[in-house]
Amino acid sequence: MNDTKPKHNPLLERGLMLPNANRMKLFSFPYILWMAGFIIIPLIMILFYGMTTSENRFTFANLAMIAEPINYKALALALLLSIISTVICLILAYPLSIILNNIKMKSNSLIIFIIILPMWMNFLLRTIAWQNILERTGILNTLLTFLHLPTLNIINTPAAIILGMVYNYLPFMILPIYNVLIKIDQDVVNAARDLGANSLQTFIKIIFPLSLPGVISGITMVFVPSLTTFAISSILGGSKIVLMGNVIEQQFTLGNWHTGSGLSLVLMIFVLLCMAILSKYDKEAEGSSIW
Amino acid sequence: MTMKKLTLLIALALCGLLFTGCGSKDSSQKVYVYNWGEYIDPEVLDLFEDETGIKVVYDEFQVNEEMYPKIKENAVQYDVVCPSDYMIQKMIQEDLLAEIDFSKIPNLSNIDQAYLDSAQGFDPGNKYSVPYCWGTVGILYNKTMVDEPIDSWGALFDEKYSGNILMMDSVRDAYAIALRYLGYDLNSTDRNQIQEATKLLQSQYPLVQAYVVDQVRDKMIGGEAAIGVIYSGEAIYTKRENPDLEYVVPKEGSNVWIDGWVIPKNCKSKENAEAFINFMCRPDIALKNFEYITYSTPNKTAREMITDEDIKNSSVAFPDQSVLDRCSTFSYLGADMEAFYNDEWNKVKSGIK
Amino acid sequence: MVKNFFKRFYIGIILLFLYAPIIILIILSFNKSKSRAKWGGFTLKWYAELFQNDDIMRALYTTLILAFVSALIATIIGTAGAFAINAMKKTPRVIMLGITNIPMLNADIVTGISLMLLFVALRFSLGFTSVLLAHITFNIPYVLLSVMPKLKQLNPNTFEAAQDLGASPFYAFFKVILPDIFPGIISGYFLAFTMSLDDFVITYFTKGPEINTLSTKIYTEVRKGIKPEIYALSTIMFTAILLLLIIANRKSGEKNIPLRK
Repeated sequence: MNDTKPKHNPLLERGLMLPNANRMKLFSFPYILWMAGFIIIPLIMILFYGMTTSENRFTFANLAMIAEPINYKALALALLLSIISTVICLILAYPLSIILNNIKMKSNSLIIFIIILPMWMNFLLRTIAWQNILERTGILNTLLTFLHLPTLNIINTPAAIILGMVYNYLPFMILPIYNVLIKIDQDVVNAARDLGANSLQTFIKIIFPLSLPGVISGITMVFVPSLTTFAISSILGGSKIVLMGNVIEQQFTLGNWHTGSGLSLVLMIFVLLCMAILSKYDKEAEGSSIW
Repeated sequence: MTMKKLTLLIALALCGLLFTGCGSKDSSQKVYVYNWGEYIDPEVLDLFEDETGIKVVYDEFQVNEEMYPKIKENAVQYDVVCPSDYMIQKMIQEDLLAEIDFSKIPNLSNIDQAYLDSAQGFDPGNKYSVPYCWGTVGILYNKTMVDEPIDSWGALFDEKYSGNILMMDSVRDAYAIALRYLGYDLNSTDRNQIQEATKLLQSQYPLVQAYVVDQVRDKMIGGEAAIGVIYSGEAIYTKRENPDLEYVVPKEGSNVWIDGWVIPKNCKSKENAEAFINFMCRPDIALKNFEYITYSTPNKTAREMITDEDIKNSSVAFPDQSVLDRCSTFSYLGADMEAFYNDEWNKVKSGIK
Repeated sequence: MVKNFFKRFYIGIILLFLYAPIIILIILSFNKSKSRAKWGGFTLKWYAELFQNDDIMRALYTTLILAFVSALIATIIGTAGAFAINAMKKTPRVIMLGITNIPMLNADIVTGISLMLLFVALRFSLGFTSVLLAHITFNIPYVLLSVMPKLKQLNPNTFEAAQDLGASPFYAFFKVILPDIFPGIISGYFLAFTMSLDDFVITYFTKGPEINTLSTKIYTEVRKGIKPEIYALSTIMFTAILLLLIIANRKSGEKNIPLRK
């Protein structure tokens, strides 16, 4: 079904304006309604909880909780681990997407399926399976011992958490990049070659800039869930490593909804800042990025 | 699980979208039960439905602290809940529980008076709760991985076992261990004592392989660690899977806990709740549960019915008085102390000195 | 040749990485011992017991229907939204995109809790409908993010050309635009479906006592150790999807090969 599509030049006009822009706006009503009801209003409730005490008095104390060493260190560690994971995902996913794109599979939905397929097994189960692999008496170490290699002890360390993040979110990096790459017009690439550009130049000048929207989507889709996860860190970190997500989860399970909401607000602001910085490098791709 | 159910669900989903909430109510009798995960034999629920015609809507929680906000915030109305001792005390103090009408629970006579007496500690007069399971907190160790039999909490703080220790990831249990090892009361409200315990736990942090609750079983069975902290009810199962494991209640003393059935004030049907609690106290049902979950039962008639002599006389499931004498129950320490404990525990867990 | 070998090797390594835990789970489904840490011999009994286990089967139905319906609705709303946003002027477009991305930017737990606060405040009883609404909400951005890049890469000239050649805008839309963005819609749907299937945190906070999805079922089972029936179920689901995929690919492959350059 994907093979009949016509060629087109993505360098042409970016923000496509279809005729009847007014009619297009009608499309947005269910969407706007939905977003208002289930995103904006719930957020206002979080804001309300975050800025009040349990006696419903206004306060900044919940936000100020971030100044506690436990909390800001958890945020810093979460940031560090999620940046590392995102970079690793990008390094792994980009060459893979290029290779997959060059292979010219019969159907690119097949590739998408293969990448998404693992998610059909519940993510808690898959993460628990990594425990089996990484444990001291686990599969990896049994294999290493068999090969007379030194054993690895990375379970319950930050390395295991990074591995868990990369594992769980790698598909979110591969898919958007691959999706954009397959859309790049081969004629543009050929034209660059004809004009004397070598492979590297073609990549830097043509392919990479055109793939930026996918890269930015990918970074967003990997970075944010990594930054805010609590399940991966508690399963693979043996609860020894406390990330921001764990701190917030802890507050909510203990019933401290006000403190939890306050810290969530801080986390949200923080994520928005990161995204704003990211979008500075992506003026062209505004739209598939966040702000 | 037929096509009919499937179509019904699809129809429900679609109709639910248009007319939110419609169609899901029916008038038949129901009882909403909120219990610990995997803390009942599922067949027992079927039996209850068959005998009484009351449908059981069953939900599970992981820790007391997760259950509490749901009841408190009135997010869901449950008829029967199964919290632990100190949580029952807290809920009584906050007026969240309804008094049980014991004339509706004739099977209470099967419960050993000794447990009702110790339940007075958190439920004075036995007005709000009926004991369901009880047990101790102790050390599970792998005989092949330690040099000598372990009988002290000290092993958990011994550098010799660095990286081989699984610590309990639960604030009250962790502090009970540290406080008892230091010779203090496990319900201590002395901030200096608690901070001393914090220091001890912080010194333990580098030695700990992982902080776990549930996963201790699989990890100990697999020989991942030499020593773990575990609830006594899990010991029978783990020993069955890996005979090298041994359970001990350390000499410094430990926590003995009781989980009991309670009825929240905002329940939908108190009658059904009482019928359910009465059913759970029936000896054959209590026995069925015990054989499935292997947590000690306070039901003396059920205990006499256990056929497996090893388990009937197991010192793990039914420790003798000398062990229980060095154990004590948790009590609720008030909101301020609870917050203090939580803050101190968070300090430990974050690995910051 | 060497280059080709490296490419294949690289794909192989990544696939091994993605599929290793799945192989483990499949192996565990044949494990006689109830503990995941011990191999007790080969057995098929968990597969037999799975179908006796009403709880798990019910959770499976809930999970699948939830994923199917929520992804469908999210795809409709999200695709329509993508068109609308794309047609907007810059400022409203940026605002809309910002709002759309909030569920992705937020910790799942915040989204889950905030929706729960809403439902509780509205005295809306927590159950299937509340979970469905929540799933649609977090699925929409995935659809939108899949469709938007395709819309951007659209060449408006083809649309205009079709109209110049006499096609009505409606006809031109279905014949020119839709085929072009269709891969985006499809991948958006499947992404949404998969996200819904895989979600734990948001379901956990918005569900009532009467329903369980596989995720919440698994979570509550962690206390006593995961039931091997769950491994068996995952294996069956995985195999079913794999077979479906192979069949679908065979069919589309036969039709499409000649069209590829």
